Amino acid sequence: MNPWFVVLLSPILPWLCSDIAVAHKPSDSYLRLAIEESTIQGQWDIALRDLDYAMGLDGNDDGTITWGEVRAQQAKISSYALSRLQLEVGHSGCWNHIQNLLIDHHSDGAYAVLMFSANCPTTPRLLSLRYRLFFDIDPLHRGLLQITHQSRTQTGVFSPDQIEVNLDLTRNTFWQEFRNFGREGVWHIWIGYDHILFLISLLLPAVLWWEAGQWLAVDSFGPAFREVLSIITAFTLAHSITLSLAALELVTLPSQWVESVIAGSVVLAALHNLFPVIQIRRWIVGFIFGLVHGFGFASVLADLRLPASSMFVALGGFNIGVEVGQLVIVGVFLPLAYATRHSWTYRCLVMQLGSGCIAGLALIWIIERSLDLQLTNWLWQLEYFRN
Amino acid sequence: MNTIPPLIRISRLVMRLRPGFAHFFLGFLMIVSISHLGSVHAKPYIPDSDSLVLEHIPLSGTPQMRQLRAARLELSRDPQNLALAVRLARQLVELGRAEADPRYDSYAQAALRFWWNSSKPPTEVLFIRALLRQRSHHFDEALKDLTQVLQNQPHHAQAWLTRSVIYQVRGDYQNARQNCRPLLRLTDSLVTTTCIANVTSLNGQAEESYKGLLNQLSSTSSPDPQKALWASILLAETAARLGNSSSAEAHFQQALSLGLRDTYLLGAYSDWLLDQNRPADVQALLRDDLHPDGLLLRMALAAQQLTNDQLLPFIVDLTARFTNSRLRGDTRHLREEARFTLHLLKQPKRALQLAQENWKMQREPWDARILLEAALQSGNPTAAQPVLDWLETVKLEDQQIRTLVEQFS
Repeated sequence: MNPWFVVLLSPILPWLCSDIAVAHKPSDSYLRLAIEESTIQGQWDIALRDLDYAMGLDGNDDGTITWGEVRAQQAKISSYALSRLQLEVGHSGCWNHIQNLLIDHHSDGAYAVLMFSANCPTTPRLLSLRYRLFFDIDPLHRGLLQITHQSRTQTGVFSPDQIEVNLDLTRNTFWQEFRNFGREGVWHIWIGYDHILFLISLLLPAVLWWEAGQWLAVDSFGPAFREVLSIITAFTLAHSITLSLAALELVTLPSQWVESVIAGSVVLAALHNLFPVIQIRRWIVGFIFGLVHGFGFASVLADLRLPASSMFVALGGFNIGVEVGQLVIVGVFLPLAYATRHSWTYRCLVMQLGSGCIAGLALIWIIERSLDLQLTNWLWQLEYFRN
Repeated sequence: MNTIPPLIRISRLVMRLRPGFAHFFLGFLMIVSISHLGSVHAKPYIPDSDSLVLEHIPLSGTPQMRQLRAARLELSRDPQNLALAVRLARQLVELGRAEADPRYDSYAQAALRFWWNSSKPPTEVLFIRALLRQRSHHFDEALKDLTQVLQNQPHHAQAWLTRSVIYQVRGDYQNARQNCRPLLRLTDSLVTTTCIANVTSLNGQAEESYKGLLNQLSSTSSPDPQKALWASILLAETAARLGNSSSAEAHFQQALSLGLRDTYLLGAYSDWLLDQNRPADVQALLRDDLHPDGLLLRMALAAQQLTNDQLLPFIVDLTARFTNSRLRGDTRHLREEARFTLHLLKQPKRALQLAQENWKMQREPWDARILLEAALQSGNPTAAQPVLDWLETVKLEDQQIRTLVEQFS
């Protein structure tokens, strides 16, 4: 056998059977832009490994990159990166400047986080972005773009074949704005477990009535429907009031307090199903605690950065969205509950055990929320991740 | 602030309370991380101390790296220097294999930039381009390049071998076998036998190809370690499919004892250990080797078998990685993503879709297996019919798959 061949063949063999061995992640950077009038706020996460390969960060060549080494090259990193990203409005460029360099950790290692802002000559209508970072040395590198404008988020990917992305940023119409916030509202009620569980706890007994120490099924749909309608209307009315008050910053409450009370409301509503000792109309309960839940919604709305110019449109959209989300839940719940109200499953399993589970879970929330505030904060943060 | 610890605490609480709810929670987590571009971390920060180590650069400071850096610099001054570009690209391709890091593949492509988009590049460039295209699962393009290489140089053994392996991965066993034949004249008999056994062990002659390859390996005096590695892995996998545990274990150990870093070996051995319900051994095997996604998946599956507290961070991490791949339009991880979605996220319908998408591109035993598993668990046995038919045609012998197939009848 040709000895030259041995040399060449040897690296290929295992490599061929490594075919399915998926490897480290390929290189990505994450570029997030938020557009506010003629200013663009940017956050750009770039892997330290890639920066090292491109410009040599490891000053003492010891195989590790320390914060000191990054800090020492801060200016060089910033100019290297920003010179490879052009933002243009019409045909005139925006002026980028770095505000800060931070560190973050993604699943594949440490990243330099460049916080920058770009001042554009005018408020962008058509924004064009040109991205060339690392493409000369790493053609499989991708720039993952996320751009937020008037509560609307668009994403894109830069590659050597797609170095330019053009965005049409013409103002959202009244209707678009309304719809965007409406969607946020629906989304929020669906992922807000505590709101759902509170509603469910209130609604569970709507197809039953309490007599002589036990739950009995109602005879006809009318009373059940009226009960549900009154609860939902009261809850909606209450949280619309406080949501508006909070969003307009007329009333503010500490969010930990609000979250704890919301969790408490779930516990009370669920426990009341198990031990209906106090005879109180459930729509009143719905109204009183609805006031607190409204403050809960408001904290989310605040994080969505309400556009000042269309505050009322956004507020209305969000509110309607919440209602639509609720109606869907009710629409699924009521027919099911009504159909199964006579069964043992509904009265014992769903009603009793379900309420018990809800109370237990909400009790944990109270403990979490009042004892470990970090957890609570974190849970709420999840929701504005999406911005 | 790192958000993962509180997440784990919440999840543990939730899991203890209501396991069903926990899956809901995981689904939610997936949505959150998708919408957050794959990152699960909350806040960038400024480190307190200059001496804080942020990142380890593999191989930094080694003579190999210094030499690569010098070659890169030289090439940047003279980007049309073919000999230099090919040498650098080859070194990077090899590094990519050893480190299981796709960044090096990309650097290799950059080294060949001058010729990369040409329709008739020099043969050496064509061959490396084929390797890189094969690696990113662009099989058609890779085969086209290899055909061109063999037109220019019919004695290019590596090109024949690479073509055979691509056909084998796609389940085209006739072509895979045919491309092994020229190797008889061009290289030694261990390579040829391994190439042929690589096909026949999947194609109704598992027992015979196992014996043949075993004889060949033991009769080769001091075989090249890379070749011995390939043969040992194949022997181990064949023994495993035949249900011969003690031989499989022995061959995997033999392959490990060669001391070559190989991600494929670690993955295959881990899969077998998982099938044997030996998750602790998987953890011991992969302890120092966590970077590649494929191995991360095996660690997560091991943690799951151990009902281990470590599971959730793995899921968070893998979710982020698969989300990223999707955004990039990268299809190399479909099989792993299907396994992840089925076994760890417990979403059989979605897993079935992924497995079907994957089946269009590659047809190795694991590709069949994950599709069958997903079809069974999602209660959609008809979806498995193409795979069942195919298994029948190629006569694949695999104990795990046979058990699955029996559940369909």
